Amino acid sequence: MPIEILMPALSPTMEEGTLAKWLVAEGDTVNSGDVLAEIETDKATMEVEAVEEGVIAKLLVSDGSEGVKVNAPIAILLEDGEDQSSLEGYSPGAPKAAPAIEPAPAPAPIKAPKAQPAPQAAKSPSSNGSRIKASPLAKRMAADKGIDLSAVAGSGPNGRIVKRDVEDFKAQPEAAPVQAQQQTMDATPSVSTTEVGMPLGGGAEYLTRLGVEPGSYDLIPMNNIQRVVAKRLLESHINVPDFPLTIDCEIDELLKMRKELNAQAPEGVKISVNDMLIRASALALKHVPDANASFTPDGIAVHKHADVAVAVAIDGGLITPIVRHAENKGLSTISTEMKDLAGRARDRKLKPQEYQGGTFSISNLGMFGIREFGSIINEPHGMILSVGAGAPKPVVKDGAIAIATVMTVTLTCDHRVVDGALGAKWLQHFKRYVEQPITMML
Amino acid sequence: MAETNFDVVIVGSGPGGYVTAIRASQLGFKTAIVEKEALGGVCLNWGCIPTKALLRSAEIYTQMQHAENYGLTAEAGFELGAIVKRSRNIAGQLSGGVKFLMKKHKVTVIEGFARLKPGKPAPIVAVDGKDYSAKHVILATGARARTIPQAGLEPDGKYIWTAKEAMVPDGMPKKLLVIGSGAIGMEFASFYNAFGSDVTVVEMVDRILPAEDAEISAMAQKAFEKQGMSIRTSTMVQSVKAGANSIAATLTKNDKSENLEFDRIILAIGIVGNVEDMGLEALGVKVDRTHIDVDAYSFTGVPGLYAIGDVTTPPWLAHKASHEGVICIEKIAGQNPHPLDANSIPGCTYCHPQIASVGFTEAQAKEQGHDIKVGRFPFIGNGKAIALGEPEGLIKTVFDAKTGELLGAHMIGAEVTELIQGYTVARQLETTEHELMETVFPHPTLSEMMHEAVLAAYDRAMHI
Repeated sequence: MPIEILMPALSPTMEEGTLAKWLVAEGDTVNSGDVLAEIETDKATMEVEAVEEGVIAKLLVSDGSEGVKVNAPIAILLEDGEDQSSLEGYSPGAPKAAPAIEPAPAPAPIKAPKAQPAPQAAKSPSSNGSRIKASPLAKRMAADKGIDLSAVAGSGPNGRIVKRDVEDFKAQPEAAPVQAQQQTMDATPSVSTTEVGMPLGGGAEYLTRLGVEPGSYDLIPMNNIQRVVAKRLLESHINVPDFPLTIDCEIDELLKMRKELNAQAPEGVKISVNDMLIRASALALKHVPDANASFTPDGIAVHKHADVAVAVAIDGGLITPIVRHAENKGLSTISTEMKDLAGRARDRKLKPQEYQGGTFSISNLGMFGIREFGSIINEPHGMILSVGAGAPKPVVKDGAIAIATVMTVTLTCDHRVVDGALGAKWLQHFKRYVEQPITMML
Repeated sequence: MAETNFDVVIVGSGPGGYVTAIRASQLGFKTAIVEKEALGGVCLNWGCIPTKALLRSAEIYTQMQHAENYGLTAEAGFELGAIVKRSRNIAGQLSGGVKFLMKKHKVTVIEGFARLKPGKPAPIVAVDGKDYSAKHVILATGARARTIPQAGLEPDGKYIWTAKEAMVPDGMPKKLLVIGSGAIGMEFASFYNAFGSDVTVVEMVDRILPAEDAEISAMAQKAFEKQGMSIRTSTMVQSVKAGANSIAATLTKNDKSENLEFDRIILAIGIVGNVEDMGLEALGVKVDRTHIDVDAYSFTGVPGLYAIGDVTTPPWLAHKASHEGVICIEKIAGQNPHPLDANSIPGCTYCHPQIASVGFTEAQAKEQGHDIKVGRFPFIGNGKAIALGEPEGLIKTVFDAKTGELLGAHMIGAEVTELIQGYTVARQLETTEHELMETVFPHPTLSEMMHEAVLAAYDRAMHI
């Protein structure tokens, strides 16, 4: 009996993913534990291992196939003693077969999926800004199948998505939309430019309409991470009524304590300023629980723990690993955890549950000398703290000018859950922990 | 010197050909159309239009006979010659209309029979010894009634008619046999029955109007039988034999034969494509049982040669031919039309009661594996139908239970041929039951039944 290999769910929330690359070919013999393929999810690329042994009879989706639903068959494995004839009358997706593979613990580096020939050039991306033109039937079918309509090219009048588009929608390779766009441009050079506002649409046409000459740049297809980040940031920027609150913190005491702690710390532990800011933030969140909140359409979610997401720059993007329950963790625990998370983030080896969720974020650009800045809220977080560089500055102390190391932080708040007074209250607590760091040792 | 060089030459001026010619002209093509008979083809001259004229006379005559139902008095009578003359005049008027349209759109009309010769970039069109060249040649030669000469089933100049002869009868047959219960057969059966002929309809399969939903077929049969027709399903015409004053037909059902005498027989056993004598074989055009094989955009596979309408694949309907021609020429013009969805082409039969449908029948929907919801609404529940004195009929909808797609709609009753377009639009726009339920239908109209039939599929009908 042929075994179906199914698209694994690599995280609790994963509904679909990109089959970035097959590492086996049809006819290959595989043993349990062999890596079969790389799967790209929203944020990471992971390897899929075989749990059964046998011969790969058929690969059902090609390299670079996007939007492969979780639990959809992706390949067929023949067990020992079976040959191709076992496949006769076989139809993939027939109701049976438990998931044949488990998420692999060791993810692989992200690789750009191979571009494949673009689908029909006639199809134009149907998403013109935020409104997606689709027939009622197409909408319902897409909803049933869990297809994101913004990824579907519409073939109806004016790019309207119709039934056949949803039916034909299969996994399309990453670069395809860009290519399709270019072909569309070739076919219809006279795109109306009389619309008010910014030209909409993507890729080469977008730039051409803004006056940038084709050929004067390289168009690099976005990977899933970049696409998700772009989408989420835009949504946040549009949907979240945010405002900034800025405050100065003197960190001489904090730097002094850090030095002392590190001098006595066990081998391998080196606490950073950032680790201390994570702890200070977590404690401030515990102290002002109303600020540890998320807006939802059904009400304001007040979180019971301070799960602090920390922005980590990685090659070609940004990822925010999370220190869970940070209010209950000591500095050395936070430090060790953060070191591990940041390292694996740079290697793209984070598990989805390590970067999804969280209740609050910190972004620190102090190491680049940035004095102060504001960040875009990382939904569902209610606040994000932007940390500038600590630098010696003149301050007035007891009526006289003195020198202190001053760090400016800006708290960006989602006004729907955190208003000015609440944000300010949180900042006061944060400032107290930072300026009197002994209090965060309690 | 008449022009012999065109961008597009269309062969045949029926609703496929002439509409394509107009669209070609609109798209800037220098266009010619070849016609061997009257402009407008079978549809205008010997099909759709003249039969509708005849059936209108039948309808009014029937109403006159029932004038007292409306509180009126009328002495019903008819003159067959005048009925036919009206029908011919209407055909002539519309053919003249096509002539005007050709002139208006600067389409050159070439009279004669076209033959094709190999040529580049498209075959050469030869008409009466004169060669016309074009970049694109579109065949729209249509079809004609199917006959079976081996069984004696062909027009004999006296007893046996095809639709064409039946449209210009020399007299009202007392006893009429209609062979074939498709749209054409049932329309003539309805016409002659209305004027008092004793009509027998023979159908090979087990129900009349076999293309329609089985429930509609059954209702239609009941209605026709009530009007006095004799309907024989699962019955074959074994042979016919002409006598001095009548023609005998041997009908066979379940191995039992019966000889019956008739004054006239109408053959309505389908159509054959007009593919002969045009040189298609020499060009390598693929013809499958008298119909030309084409791709989704009507391309025959021979460079520069296309075919549309009845000479190609079913459904063999005028509106399909017109639409196909438009798609074909737009594709030639480099536009991006979508191929026709055969399942979204409505079909209408103008017998009394009228029948109209689009999409899958209930049985087809199930065969296709759909989990379905079926809605039914009878005319008796509709105020307008009762006011019109037309309380018999049914509107039936078939939805996909999961997606809400309107898979099909089937109607029988007064004016349903004018109603079906509503569901056709709905299908084309891909509305689900939700949008149809939200649509406001005017009161009092027959169209309210279309709303009710949607509601009924979801157990929400109001007036039943």
